[in-house]
Amino acid sequence: MFTVDSISIRYEQKNAISNFSFAVKQGEVVSIIGPNGSGKSTLLKAVARHIPYHEGSVEFEGVNLKSMNAKQVARNMCMLSQKNQAPSDMTVIDLVSYGRYPHKKWFEKLNNEDMEIVHWALERTHITAYKDRTVASLSGGESQRAWIAMALAQRPKVLLLDEPTTYLDISHQHEVLELVRELNRDMGMTVVMVLHDLNQASSYSDSIVVVQAGEKVMSGTPNQVMTPDMIRQVYRMDAEIDYLSTEKKPRIHLLSTAR
Amino acid sequence: MNKPQSGAIVLLTFSLTILAAVIAIGLGSVTIAVPEIIKTLFSASSTAVHDTIIWDIRLPRVLLAMIIGANIAISGALLQAVMGNPLADPGLTGVTSGAAVCVLIIMLAAPEYTQFIPLAAFVGGLFAATIVYALAWRRNGISPITIILSGVAVNALCGGGIGYLSIIYSDRLPSAVQWLNGSLAAKGNNALFMVFPYAIVGWILSIFAIRKANIIRMGDQVASNLGENVNRIRISLSILAVFLAAISVAAIGMIGFVGLVVPHMARLLVGSNYKYLLPMSMALGALVLLLADTGGRTLFSPLEIPAGILMAVVGGPYFLYLMRRGKF
Repeated sequence: MFTVDSISIRYEQKNAISNFSFAVKQGEVVSIIGPNGSGKSTLLKAVARHIPYHEGSVEFEGVNLKSMNAKQVARNMCMLSQKNQAPSDMTVIDLVSYGRYPHKKWFEKLNNEDMEIVHWALERTHITAYKDRTVASLSGGESQRAWIAMALAQRPKVLLLDEPTTYLDISHQHEVLELVRELNRDMGMTVVMVLHDLNQASSYSDSIVVVQAGEKVMSGTPNQVMTPDMIRQVYRMDAEIDYLSTEKKPRIHLLSTAR
Repeated sequence: MNKPQSGAIVLLTFSLTILAAVIAIGLGSVTIAVPEIIKTLFSASSTAVHDTIIWDIRLPRVLLAMIIGANIAISGALLQAVMGNPLADPGLTGVTSGAAVCVLIIMLAAPEYTQFIPLAAFVGGLFAATIVYALAWRRNGISPITIILSGVAVNALCGGGIGYLSIIYSDRLPSAVQWLNGSLAAKGNNALFMVFPYAIVGWILSIFAIRKANIIRMGDQVASNLGENVNRIRISLSILAVFLAAISVAAIGMIGFVGLVVPHMARLLVGSNYKYLLPMSMALGALVLLLADTGGRTLFSPLEIPAGILMAVVGGPYFLYLMRRGKF
Protein backbone atom coordinates (compact mmCIF):
# COMPACT_ATOMS: atom_id res chain seq x y z
CA MET A 1 0.00 0.00 0.00
CA PHE A 2 2.65 2.45 1.00
CA THR A 3 6.31 2.41 1.88
CA VAL A 4 8.21 4.81 4.06
CA ASP A 5 11.81 4.78 2.90
CA SER A 6 14.51 6.09 5.26
CA ILE A 7 12.83 9.37 6.14
CA SER A 8 14.22 11.91 8.57
CA ILE A 9 12.21 14.69 10.17
CA ARG A 10 13.79 17.65 11.89
CA TYR A 11 11.98 19.64 14.52
CA GLU A 12 13.70 22.79 15.73
CA GLN A 13 17.15 21.66 14.51
CA LYS A 14 16.93 18.26 16.19
CA ASN A 15 16.19 15.02 14.44
CA ALA A 16 12.79 13.83 15.67
CA ILE A 17 12.85 10.88 13.29
CA SER A 18 16.02 9.54 11.76
CA ASN A 19 16.41 7.24 8.82
CA PHE A 20 13.09 5.50 9.38
CA SER A 21 11.65 2.86 7.06
CA PHE A 22 8.59 0.69 7.20
CA ALA A 23 5.98 -0.66 4.84
CA VAL A 24 2.24 -1.15 5.13
CA LYS A 25 0.38 -3.75 3.08
CA GLN A 26 -3.11 -3.34 1.72
CA GLY A 27 -5.74 -4.39 4.27
CA GLU A 28 -3.35 -4.47 7.21
CA VAL A 29 -3.75 -2.96 10.67
CA VAL A 30 -0.37 -1.59 11.72
CA SER A 31 0.31 -0.13 15.17
CA ILE A 32 3.17 2.16 16.00
CA ILE A 33 4.25 1.91 19.64
CA GLY A 34 6.97 3.52 21.72
CA PRO A 35 7.52 5.68 24.80
CA ASN A 36 6.34 9.29 25.10
CA GLY A 37 8.37 11.62 22.93
CA SER A 38 9.79 8.81 20.82
CA GLY A 39 8.40 10.35 17.62
CA LYS A 40 5.42 8.07 16.95
CA SER A 41 2.97 10.86 16.25
CA THR A 42 5.55 12.86 14.30
CA LEU A 43 6.01 9.87 12.03
CA LEU A 44 2.27 9.55 11.45
CA LYS A 45 1.89 13.26 10.78
CA ALA A 46 4.66 13.14 8.19
CA VAL A 47 2.97 10.22 6.44
CA ALA A 48 -0.30 12.21 6.44
CA ARG A 49 1.72 15.15 5.07
CA HIS A 50 0.67 17.42 7.92
CA ILE A 51 4.33 18.13 8.58
CA PRO A 52 7.20 17.93 6.08
CA TYR A 53 9.91 15.30 6.13
CA HIS A 54 13.40 16.34 5.18
CA GLU A 55 15.07 13.24 3.80
CA GLY A 56 13.94 9.96 2.34
CA SER A 57 10.66 9.34 0.57
CA VAL A 58 7.14 8.11 1.12
CA GLU A 59 5.50 6.24 -1.72
CA PHE A 60 1.78 5.70 -1.81
CA GLU A 61 0.77 2.95 -4.27
CA GLY A 62 3.98 3.67 -6.16
CA VAL A 63 3.42 7.44 -6.29
CA ASN A 64 5.70 9.78 -4.39
CA LEU A 65 3.72 11.58 -1.69
CA LYS A 66 5.42 14.88 -2.45
CA SER A 67 4.21 14.80 -6.04
CA MET A 68 0.55 14.65 -5.02
CA ASN A 69 -1.52 17.74 -4.39
CA ALA A 70 -3.36 18.26 -1.11
CA LYS A 71 -6.70 17.01 -2.45
CA GLN A 72 -5.17 13.86 -3.88
CA VAL A 73 -3.62 13.13 -0.51
CA ALA A 74 -6.99 13.76 1.15
CA ARG A 75 -8.72 11.28 -1.16
CA ASN A 76 -6.16 8.61 -0.29
CA MET A 77 -5.80 8.99 3.44
CA CYS A 78 -7.26 10.66 6.45
CA MET A 79 -5.64 11.22 9.80
CA LEU A 80 -7.46 11.69 13.10
CA SER A 81 -5.72 13.01 16.15
CA GLN A 82 -6.33 12.03 19.75
CA LYS A 83 -8.60 14.94 20.42
CA ASN A 84 -10.70 16.70 17.83
CA GLN A 85 -12.92 19.64 18.44
CA ALA A 86 -15.89 20.58 16.34
CA PRO A 87 -17.57 23.99 16.56
CA SER A 88 -19.96 23.76 19.49
CA ASP A 89 -23.16 23.92 17.45
CA MET A 90 -22.14 21.52 14.67
CA THR A 91 -24.35 18.46 14.28
CA VAL A 92 -22.99 14.99 13.67
CA ILE A 93 -24.39 14.80 10.16
CA ASP A 94 -22.89 18.19 9.27
CA LEU A 95 -19.51 17.06 10.56
CA VAL A 96 -19.64 13.83 8.58
CA SER A 97 -20.73 15.73 5.45
CA TYR A 98 -17.45 17.67 5.56
CA GLY A 99 -15.76 14.38 4.72
CA ARG A 100 -17.12 14.74 1.18
CA TYR A 101 -15.34 18.04 0.73
CA PRO A 102 -12.11 16.72 -0.88
CA HIS A 103 -14.23 15.16 -3.61
CA LYS A 104 -15.95 18.39 -4.52
CA LYS A 105 -14.91 21.40 -6.51
CA TRP A 106 -15.34 24.71 -4.72
CA PHE A 107 -18.68 25.50 -6.32
CA GLU A 108 -20.18 22.01 -6.09
CA LYS A 109 -22.85 21.16 -3.57
CA LEU A 110 -23.35 17.76 -1.99
CA ASN A 111 -25.59 15.59 -4.20
CA ASN A 112 -27.64 12.49 -3.41
CA GLU A 113 -24.66 10.23 -3.92
CA ASP A 114 -22.66 12.21 -1.38
CA MET A 115 -25.50 12.03 1.10
CA GLU A 116 -25.72 8.27 0.55
CA ILE A 117 -22.05 7.97 1.42
CA VAL A 118 -22.57 10.18 4.48
CA HIS A 119 -25.42 7.98 5.68
CA TRP A 120 -23.40 4.88 4.96
CA ALA A 121 -20.56 6.29 7.12
CA LEU A 122 -23.00 7.05 9.94
CA GLU A 123 -24.37 3.52 9.67
CA ARG A 124 -20.92 1.91 9.69
CA THR A 125 -19.89 3.74 12.82
CA HIS A 126 -23.26 3.12 14.50
CA ILE A 127 -24.09 6.74 15.09
CA THR A 128 -27.11 7.13 12.80
CA ALA A 129 -29.27 7.61 15.89
CA TYR A 130 -27.22 10.64 16.92
CA LYS A 131 -27.02 12.30 13.54
CA ASP A 132 -29.00 15.41 14.50
CA ARG A 133 -27.30 15.93 17.84
CA THR A 134 -24.36 18.29 18.20
CA VAL A 135 -20.93 16.67 18.28
CA ALA A 136 -20.21 18.56 21.51
CA SER A 137 -23.08 16.79 23.29
CA LEU A 138 -21.74 13.29 22.56
CA SER A 139 -19.66 11.18 24.94
CA GLY A 140 -15.96 10.74 24.22
CA GLY A 141 -16.42 7.42 22.48
CA GLU A 142 -19.40 8.58 20.44
CA SER A 143 -17.62 11.71 19.34
CA GLN A 144 -14.53 9.72 18.32
CA ARG A 145 -16.88 7.54 16.25
CA ALA A 146 -18.38 10.64 14.65
CA TRP A 147 -14.90 11.78 13.62
CA ILE A 148 -14.13 8.33 12.25
CA ALA A 149 -17.41 8.59 10.30
CA MET A 150 -16.21 11.87 8.83
CA ALA A 151 -12.96 10.16 7.83
CA LEU A 152 -14.94 7.30 6.25
CA ALA A 153 -17.08 9.72 4.26
CA GLN A 154 -13.82 10.87 2.72
CA ARG A 155 -13.51 7.29 1.36
CA PRO A 156 -9.78 7.12 2.07
CA LYS A 157 -7.70 4.05 1.31
CA VAL A 158 -5.80 4.40 4.56
CA LEU A 159 -6.99 5.54 7.94
CA LEU A 160 -4.29 7.07 10.15
CA LEU A 161 -5.23 7.26 13.84
CA ASP A 162 -3.06 9.12 16.32
CA GLU A 163 -3.74 7.65 19.75
CA PRO A 164 -7.47 7.22 19.10
CA THR A 165 -8.12 5.95 22.61
CA THR A 166 -6.03 8.25 24.80
CA TYR A 167 -8.82 10.38 26.21
CA LEU A 168 -11.39 7.59 26.53
CA ASP A 169 -12.32 5.31 29.39
CA ILE A 170 -11.73 1.58 28.88
CA SER A 171 -15.16 0.66 27.55
CA HIS A 172 -15.03 3.47 25.01
CA GLN A 173 -11.46 2.47 24.11
CA HIS A 174 -12.74 -1.00 23.39
CA GLU A 175 -15.65 0.39 21.38
CA VAL A 176 -13.36 2.46 19.13
CA LEU A 177 -10.85 -0.35 18.59
CA GLU A 178 -13.65 -2.81 17.81
CA LEU A 179 -14.92 -0.35 15.24
CA VAL A 180 -11.44 -0.13 13.72
CA ARG A 181 -11.30 -3.92 13.52
CA GLU A 182 -14.76 -4.07 11.96
CA LEU A 183 -13.85 -1.51 9.30
CA ASN A 184 -10.69 -3.45 8.56
CA ARG A 185 -12.41 -6.84 8.29
CA ASP A 186 -15.59 -5.81 6.49
CA MET A 187 -14.21 -3.19 4.16
CA GLY A 188 -10.55 -4.12 3.99
CA MET A 189 -9.64 -0.65 5.25
CA THR A 190 -5.91 -0.28 5.81
CA VAL A 191 -5.26 1.26 9.24
CA VAL A 192 -2.09 2.70 10.74
CA MET A 193 -2.43 3.82 14.34
CA VAL A 194 -0.33 5.04 17.22
CA LEU A 195 -1.22 3.23 20.44
CA HIS A 196 0.02 3.38 24.00
CA ASP A 197 -1.46 0.21 25.42
CA LEU A 198 0.73 -2.79 24.52
CA ASN A 199 -2.10 -5.30 24.88
CA GLN A 200 -4.35 -3.27 22.62
CA ALA A 201 -1.55 -2.99 20.06
CA SER A 202 -0.96 -6.72 20.33
CA SER A 203 -4.56 -7.83 19.99
CA TYR A 204 -5.74 -5.39 17.30
CA SER A 205 -2.76 -5.30 14.93
CA ASP A 206 -1.42 -7.49 12.16
CA SER A 207 1.91 -5.83 12.46
CA ILE A 208 3.68 -3.58 14.97
CA VAL A 209 6.43 -0.99 14.52
CA VAL A 210 8.45 -0.08 17.63
CA VAL A 211 9.93 3.41 17.84
CA GLN A 212 12.49 4.66 20.33
CA ALA A 213 14.13 8.08 20.24
CA GLY A 214 13.15 8.61 16.62
CA GLU A 215 14.61 5.35 15.40
CA LYS A 216 13.03 2.06 14.51
CA VAL A 217 13.79 -0.64 17.05
CA MET A 218 12.01 -3.46 15.28
CA SER A 219 8.87 -4.38 13.40
CA GLY A 220 6.92 -7.55 12.76
CA THR A 221 3.90 -9.52 13.90
CA PRO A 222 2.79 -9.13 17.53
CA ASN A 223 4.33 -12.53 18.28
CA GLN A 224 7.70 -11.43 16.91
CA VAL A 225 7.71 -7.97 18.46
CA MET A 226 6.24 -8.47 21.91
CA THR A 227 9.16 -9.92 23.82
CA PRO A 228 10.38 -9.27 27.38
CA ASP A 229 13.66 -8.06 25.88
CA MET A 230 11.95 -5.45 23.67
CA ILE A 231 9.85 -4.19 26.56
CA ARG A 232 12.85 -3.95 28.86
CA GLN A 233 14.89 -2.13 26.24
CA VAL A 234 12.20 0.32 25.12
CA TYR A 235 10.07 0.86 28.21
CA ARG A 236 12.48 -0.19 30.99
CA MET A 237 9.85 -2.51 32.41
CA ASP A 238 10.01 -6.19 33.27
CA ALA A 239 7.18 -8.13 31.71
CA GLU A 240 5.81 -11.60 31.40
CA ILE A 241 4.20 -12.58 28.15
CA ASP A 242 1.72 -15.35 27.39
CA TYR A 243 2.13 -16.67 23.88
CA LEU A 244 -1.21 -18.37 23.49
CA SER A 245 -0.70 -19.89 20.05
CA THR A 246 0.60 -18.83 16.67
CA GLU A 247 -2.94 -17.81 15.72
CA LYS A 248 -3.69 -15.82 18.85
CA LYS A 249 -2.04 -12.59 19.88
CA PRO A 250 0.35 -12.54 22.85
CA ARG A 251 -0.79 -11.05 26.19
CA ILE A 252 1.59 -8.80 28.05
CA HIS A 253 1.69 -8.54 31.85
CA LEU A 254 3.84 -5.70 33.06
CA LEU A 255 5.54 -6.52 36.34
CA SER A 256 7.82 -3.77 37.58
CA THR A 257 10.27 -1.12 36.50
CA ALA A 258 13.48 -2.77 35.30
CA ARG A 259 16.66 -1.98 37.19
CA MET B 1 -28.80 25.25 14.75
CA ASN B 2 -31.91 24.81 12.67
CA LYS B 3 -31.10 25.77 9.08
CA PRO B 4 -34.34 27.21 7.68
CA GLN B 5 -34.62 29.17 10.92
CA SER B 6 -31.12 30.62 10.57
CA GLY B 7 -31.88 31.69 7.01
CA ALA B 8 -35.08 33.39 8.18
CA ILE B 9 -33.24 35.22 10.95
CA VAL B 10 -30.70 36.54 8.44
CA LEU B 11 -33.46 37.80 6.13
CA LEU B 12 -35.32 39.34 9.06
CA THR B 13 -32.20 41.18 10.19
CA PHE B 14 -31.61 42.55 6.69
CA SER B 15 -35.21 43.83 6.60
CA LEU B 16 -34.86 45.33 10.06
CA THR B 17 -31.68 47.09 9.00
CA ILE B 18 -33.37 48.64 5.98
CA LEU B 19 -36.30 49.75 8.13
CA ALA B 20 -33.90 51.27 10.67
CA ALA B 21 -32.13 53.07 7.83
CA VAL B 22 -35.35 54.68 6.61
CA ILE B 23 -36.21 55.80 10.14
CA ALA B 24 -32.66 57.10 10.72
CA ILE B 25 -32.92 59.26 7.60
CA GLY B 26 -35.88 61.01 9.23
CA LEU B 27 -34.11 61.75 12.51
CA GLY B 28 -32.09 64.89 13.16
CA SER B 29 -32.49 68.60 13.65
CA VAL B 30 -35.23 68.50 11.02
CA THR B 31 -37.47 65.49 11.57
CA ILE B 32 -38.93 63.99 8.43
CA ALA B 33 -41.80 61.51 8.46
CA VAL B 34 -41.32 58.10 6.88
CA PRO B 35 -43.91 58.53 4.06
CA GLU B 36 -42.17 61.77 3.06
CA ILE B 37 -38.78 60.00 3.05
CA ILE B 38 -40.07 57.24 0.81
CA LYS B 39 -41.66 59.80 -1.50
CA THR B 40 -38.38 61.71 -1.73
CA LEU B 41 -36.34 58.58 -2.37
CA PHE B 42 -38.55 57.06 -5.04
CA SER B 43 -40.20 60.01 -6.74
CA ALA B 44 -40.08 63.76 -6.63
CA SER B 45 -40.05 65.30 -3.18
CA SER B 46 -42.55 67.88 -2.01
CA THR B 47 -39.98 70.40 -0.85
CA ALA B 48 -36.51 71.25 -2.06
CA VAL B 49 -35.27 71.45 1.52
CA HIS B 50 -36.18 67.83 2.20
CA ASP B 51 -34.60 66.89 -1.07
CA THR B 52 -31.28 68.42 -0.02
CA ILE B 53 -31.39 67.06 3.52
CA ILE B 54 -32.14 63.54 2.40
CA TRP B 55 -30.04 63.20 -0.74
CA ASP B 56 -27.02 65.27 0.24
CA ILE B 57 -26.74 64.79 3.99
CA ARG B 58 -28.67 62.00 5.65
CA LEU B 59 -28.76 59.25 3.00
CA PRO B 60 -24.99 59.30 2.32
CA ARG B 61 -24.30 59.24 6.04
CA VAL B 62 -26.72 56.38 6.72
CA LEU B 63 -25.36 54.36 3.80
CA LEU B 64 -21.80 55.05 4.89
CA ALA B 65 -22.50 53.89 8.45
CA MET B 66 -24.12 50.71 7.13
CA ILE B 67 -21.36 49.88 4.66
CA ILE B 68 -18.60 50.49 7.21
CA GLY B 69 -20.43 48.52 9.90
CA ALA B 70 -20.88 45.60 7.51
CA ASN B 71 -17.21 45.74 6.46
CA ILE B 72 -15.81 45.71 9.98
CA ALA B 73 -18.17 42.96 11.12
CA ILE B 74 -17.27 40.72 8.17
CA SER B 75 -13.61 41.46 8.79
CA GLY B 76 -13.96 40.38 12.43
CA ALA B 77 -15.88 37.22 11.52
CA LEU B 78 -13.18 36.25 9.01
CA LEU B 79 -10.32 36.92 11.42
CA GLN B 80 -12.10 34.81 14.03
CA ALA B 81 -12.27 31.86 11.63
CA VAL B 82 -8.68 32.25 10.51
CA MET B 83 -7.23 32.68 13.98
CA GLY B 84 -9.55 30.09 15.50
CA ASN B 85 -10.31 32.61 18.17
CA PRO B 86 -13.54 34.47 18.97
CA LEU B 87 -11.60 37.46 20.29
CA ALA B 88 -9.85 38.16 17.01
CA ASP B 89 -11.17 41.49 15.77
CA PRO B 90 -9.47 44.12 13.63
CA GLY B 91 -9.37 46.53 16.57
CA LEU B 92 -8.00 44.23 19.25
CA THR B 93 -5.45 42.65 16.93
CA GLY B 94 -4.03 46.04 15.96
CA VAL B 95 -5.05 45.97 12.28
CA THR B 96 -7.18 49.09 12.75
CA SER B 97 -4.48 51.11 14.47
CA GLY B 98 -1.83 49.92 12.02
CA ALA B 99 -4.00 51.22 9.20
CA ALA B 100 -4.68 54.43 11.15
CA VAL B 101 -0.98 55.24 11.60
CA CYS B 102 -0.35 55.01 7.87
CA VAL B 103 -3.42 57.11 7.04
CA LEU B 104 -2.35 59.70 9.57
CA ILE B 105 1.12 59.89 8.05
CA ILE B 106 -0.45 60.87 4.73
CA MET B 107 -3.05 63.19 6.28
CA LEU B 108 -0.53 65.10 8.36
CA ALA B 109 2.86 64.72 6.67
CA ALA B 110 1.90 64.43 3.03
CA PRO B 111 -1.58 65.91 2.56
CA GLU B 112 -0.95 66.31 -1.18
CA TYR B 113 -1.18 62.53 -1.60
CA THR B 114 -4.66 61.99 -0.12
CA GLN B 115 -5.62 59.72 -3.02
CA PHE B 116 -3.26 57.11 -1.57
CA ILE B 117 -5.07 56.97 1.79
CA PRO B 118 -6.88 53.64 1.09
CA LEU B 119 -3.63 52.05 -0.08
CA ALA B 120 -1.76 53.37 2.95
CA ALA B 121 -4.46 51.98 5.25
CA PHE B 122 -4.22 48.57 3.57
CA VAL B 123 -0.42 48.49 3.86
CA GLY B 124 -0.55 49.56 7.52
CA GLY B 125 -3.21 46.95 8.32
CA LEU B 126 -1.23 44.19 6.60
CA PHE B 127 1.89 45.22 8.45
CA ALA B 128 0.09 45.05 11.81
CA ALA B 129 -1.47 41.67 10.97
CA THR B 130 1.95 40.30 10.02
CA ILE B 131 3.44 41.43 13.33
CA VAL B 132 0.54 39.87 15.26
CA TYR B 133 1.00 36.58 13.42
CA ALA B 134 4.73 36.62 14.01
CA LEU B 135 4.26 37.28 17.72
CA ALA B 136 1.27 35.04 18.38
CA TRP B 137 2.28 32.07 16.31
CA ARG B 138 3.00 28.92 18.24
CA ARG B 139 3.59 25.45 16.96
CA ASN B 140 0.07 24.39 17.87
CA GLY B 141 -1.64 27.41 16.39
CA ILE B 142 -2.60 30.68 18.00
CA SER B 143 -3.84 30.84 21.55
CA PRO B 144 -6.42 33.42 22.65
CA ILE B 145 -4.02 34.87 25.20
CA THR B 146 -1.12 35.41 22.81
CA ILE B 147 -3.39 37.02 20.21
CA ILE B 148 -4.59 39.58 22.75
CA LEU B 149 -1.06 40.17 24.05
CA SER B 150 0.32 40.69 20.56
CA GLY B 151 -2.63 42.97 19.83
CA VAL B 152 -1.81 44.98 22.93
CA ALA B 153 1.80 45.26 21.77
CA VAL B 154 0.87 46.36 18.26
CA ASN B 155 -1.77 48.78 19.54
CA ALA B 156 0.74 50.29 21.95
CA LEU B 157 3.28 50.67 19.16
CA CYS B 158 0.75 52.30 16.86
CA GLY B 159 -0.61 54.45 19.69
CA GLY B 160 2.94 55.75 20.15
CA GLY B 161 3.13 56.45 16.43
CA ILE B 162 -0.18 58.32 16.47
CA GLY B 163 0.93 60.31 19.53
CA TYR B 164 4.23 61.23 17.88
CA LEU B 165 2.53 62.32 14.66
CA SER B 166 0.00 64.42 16.60
CA ILE B 167 2.77 66.26 18.42
CA ILE B 168 5.02 67.10 15.51
CA TYR B 169 2.08 68.07 13.30
CA SER B 170 0.00 69.65 16.07
CA ASP B 171 -0.83 72.61 13.81
CA ARG B 172 -2.58 70.33 11.32
CA LEU B 173 -4.14 68.06 13.90
CA PRO B 174 -7.67 69.51 14.21
CA SER B 175 -8.52 68.29 10.71
CA ALA B 176 -7.59 64.76 11.72
CA VAL B 177 -9.22 64.59 15.16
CA GLN B 178 -12.74 63.92 13.86
CA TRP B 179 -11.35 61.19 11.67
CA LEU B 180 -9.30 59.65 14.50
CA ASN B 181 -12.35 59.30 16.72
CA GLY B 182 -14.33 57.46 14.08
CA SER B 183 -16.84 60.14 13.25
CA LEU B 184 -19.19 60.03 10.29
CA ALA B 185 -20.02 63.70 10.54
CA ALA B 186 -19.56 65.78 7.41
CA LYS B 187 -18.20 62.92 5.36
CA GLY B 188 -20.90 63.25 2.74
CA ASN B 189 -20.76 61.67 -0.66
CA ASN B 190 -16.97 61.74 -1.00
CA ALA B 191 -16.29 59.08 1.63
CA LEU B 192 -19.25 57.07 0.39
CA PHE B 193 -18.04 57.05 -3.22
CA MET B 194 -14.52 56.26 -2.04
CA VAL B 195 -15.51 53.25 0.05
CA PHE B 196 -18.37 51.82 -2.01
CA PRO B 197 -16.44 50.21 -4.91
CA TYR B 198 -13.92 48.66 -2.54
CA ALA B 199 -16.72 47.36 -0.32
CA ILE B 200 -18.44 45.69 -3.27
CA VAL B 201 -15.19 43.94 -4.19
CA GLY B 202 -14.70 42.88 -0.56
CA TRP B 203 -18.23 41.52 -0.27
CA ILE B 204 -17.98 39.51 -3.46
CA LEU B 205 -14.69 38.00 -2.28
CA SER B 206 -16.35 37.26 1.07
CA ILE B 207 -18.93 35.09 -0.65
CA PHE B 208 -16.08 32.98 -1.99
CA ALA B 209 -14.54 32.91 1.48
CA ILE B 210 -17.53 31.25 3.17
CA ARG B 211 -16.55 27.70 2.33
CA LYS B 212 -12.90 28.18 3.22
CA ALA B 213 -13.84 29.87 6.50
CA ASN B 214 -16.05 26.91 7.35
CA ILE B 215 -13.15 24.55 6.80
CA ILE B 216 -10.45 26.51 8.58
CA ARG B 217 -12.60 27.11 11.68
CA MET B 218 -12.35 23.37 12.37
CA GLY B 219 -8.64 23.72 12.95
CA ASP B 220 -5.48 23.26 10.89
CA GLN B 221 -5.35 19.52 11.15
CA VAL B 222 -8.90 18.87 9.98
CA ALA B 223 -8.53 21.42 7.19
CA SER B 224 -5.39 19.75 5.98
CA ASN B 225 -7.07 16.33 6.23
CA LEU B 226 -9.74 17.66 3.93
CA GLY B 227 -7.13 18.47 1.32
CA GLU B 228 -6.78 22.18 1.98
CA ASN B 229 -3.61 24.20 1.90
CA VAL B 230 -4.02 25.67 5.37
CA ASN B 231 -1.46 28.44 5.01
CA ARG B 232 -2.88 29.58 1.70
CA ILE B 233 -6.39 29.85 3.19
CA ARG B 234 -5.07 31.61 6.26
CA ILE B 235 -3.14 34.19 4.25
CA SER B 236 -5.87 34.88 1.71
CA LEU B 237 -8.66 35.21 4.27
CA SER B 238 -6.47 37.42 6.46
CA ILE B 239 -5.70 39.69 3.52
CA LEU B 240 -9.42 39.97 2.77
CA ALA B 241 -10.19 40.78 6.42
CA VAL B 242 -7.44 43.41 6.52
CA PHE B 243 -8.71 44.88 3.25
CA LEU B 244 -12.25 45.29 4.59
CA ALA B 245 -11.04 46.82 7.84
CA ALA B 246 -8.51 49.08 6.12
CA ILE B 247 -10.93 50.69 3.68
CA SER B 248 -13.21 51.41 6.63
CA VAL B 249 -10.39 53.09 8.51
CA ALA B 250 -9.47 55.06 5.40
CA ALA B 251 -13.04 56.32 5.12
CA ILE B 252 -14.00 57.16 8.68
CA GLY B 253 -11.16 56.36 11.05
CA MET B 254 -10.96 54.05 14.01
CA ILE B 255 -14.10 52.29 15.13
CA GLY B 256 -13.56 49.54 17.65
CA PHE B 257 -15.55 46.59 18.90
CA VAL B 258 -17.89 46.22 15.90
CA GLY B 259 -15.74 43.33 14.67
CA LEU B 260 -15.84 41.73 18.11
CA VAL B 261 -19.40 42.32 19.29
CA VAL B 262 -21.29 41.79 16.05
CA PRO B 263 -19.99 38.34 15.01
CA HIS B 264 -20.50 37.22 18.59
CA MET B 265 -24.13 38.29 18.58
CA ALA B 266 -24.56 36.80 15.13
CA ARG B 267 -23.18 33.49 16.35
CA LEU B 268 -25.70 33.42 19.18
CA LEU B 269 -28.51 34.02 16.70
CA VAL B 270 -27.63 31.84 13.69
CA GLY B 271 -24.82 29.52 14.84
CA SER B 272 -21.27 29.21 13.66
CA ASN B 273 -21.82 28.07 10.06
CA TYR B 274 -20.33 30.85 7.94
CA LYS B 275 -23.00 30.37 5.31
CA TYR B 276 -25.29 32.15 7.78
CA LEU B 277 -22.76 33.78 10.08
CA LEU B 278 -21.15 35.92 7.38
CA PRO B 279 -24.36 37.46 5.94
CA MET B 280 -25.71 37.79 9.47
CA SER B 281 -22.58 39.65 10.58
CA MET B 282 -22.94 41.87 7.53
CA ALA B 283 -26.57 42.79 8.30
CA LEU B 284 -26.03 43.12 12.02
CA GLY B 285 -22.82 45.13 11.58
CA ALA B 286 -24.68 47.55 9.33
CA LEU B 287 -27.48 47.83 11.89
CA VAL B 288 -25.19 48.28 14.89
CA LEU B 289 -23.06 51.02 13.38
CA LEU B 290 -26.17 52.73 12.00
CA LEU B 291 -27.63 52.76 15.52
CA ALA B 292 -24.34 53.99 17.00
CA ASP B 293 -24.06 56.82 14.50
CA THR B 294 -27.72 57.82 14.64
CA GLY B 295 -27.64 57.65 18.43
CA GLY B 296 -24.45 59.68 18.49
CA ARG B 297 -25.90 62.49 16.42
CA THR B 298 -29.39 62.64 17.96
CA LEU B 299 -29.17 61.65 21.64
CA PHE B 300 -27.21 64.67 22.85
CA SER B 301 -28.11 67.05 20.04
CA PRO B 302 -26.82 69.63 19.24
CA LEU B 303 -23.70 67.92 20.60
CA GLU B 304 -22.48 65.12 18.37
CA ILE B 305 -20.76 62.01 19.72
CA PRO B 306 -18.59 60.22 17.14
CA ALA B 307 -19.86 56.69 16.41
CA GLY B 308 -16.43 55.30 17.32
CA ILE B 309 -16.70 56.70 20.83
CA LEU B 310 -20.23 55.40 21.28
CA MET B 311 -19.11 51.96 20.09
CA ALA B 312 -16.25 51.99 22.61
CA VAL B 313 -18.63 52.93 25.42
CA VAL B 314 -20.95 50.05 24.54
CA GLY B 315 -18.35 47.61 23.22
CA GLY B 316 -15.87 47.85 26.10
CA PRO B 317 -18.28 46.49 28.72
CA TYR B 318 -19.46 43.83 26.27
CA PHE B 319 -15.85 42.71 25.86
CA LEU B 320 -15.45 42.56 29.66
CA TYR B 321 -18.64 40.53 29.85
CA LEU B 322 -17.24 38.05 27.31
CA MET B 323 -14.04 37.76 29.32
CA ARG B 324 -16.02 37.19 32.50
CA ARG B 325 -18.15 34.49 30.89
CA GLY B 326 -14.96 32.84 29.63
CA LYS B 327 -16.57 32.59 26.20
CA PHE B 328 -13.37 32.13 24.22
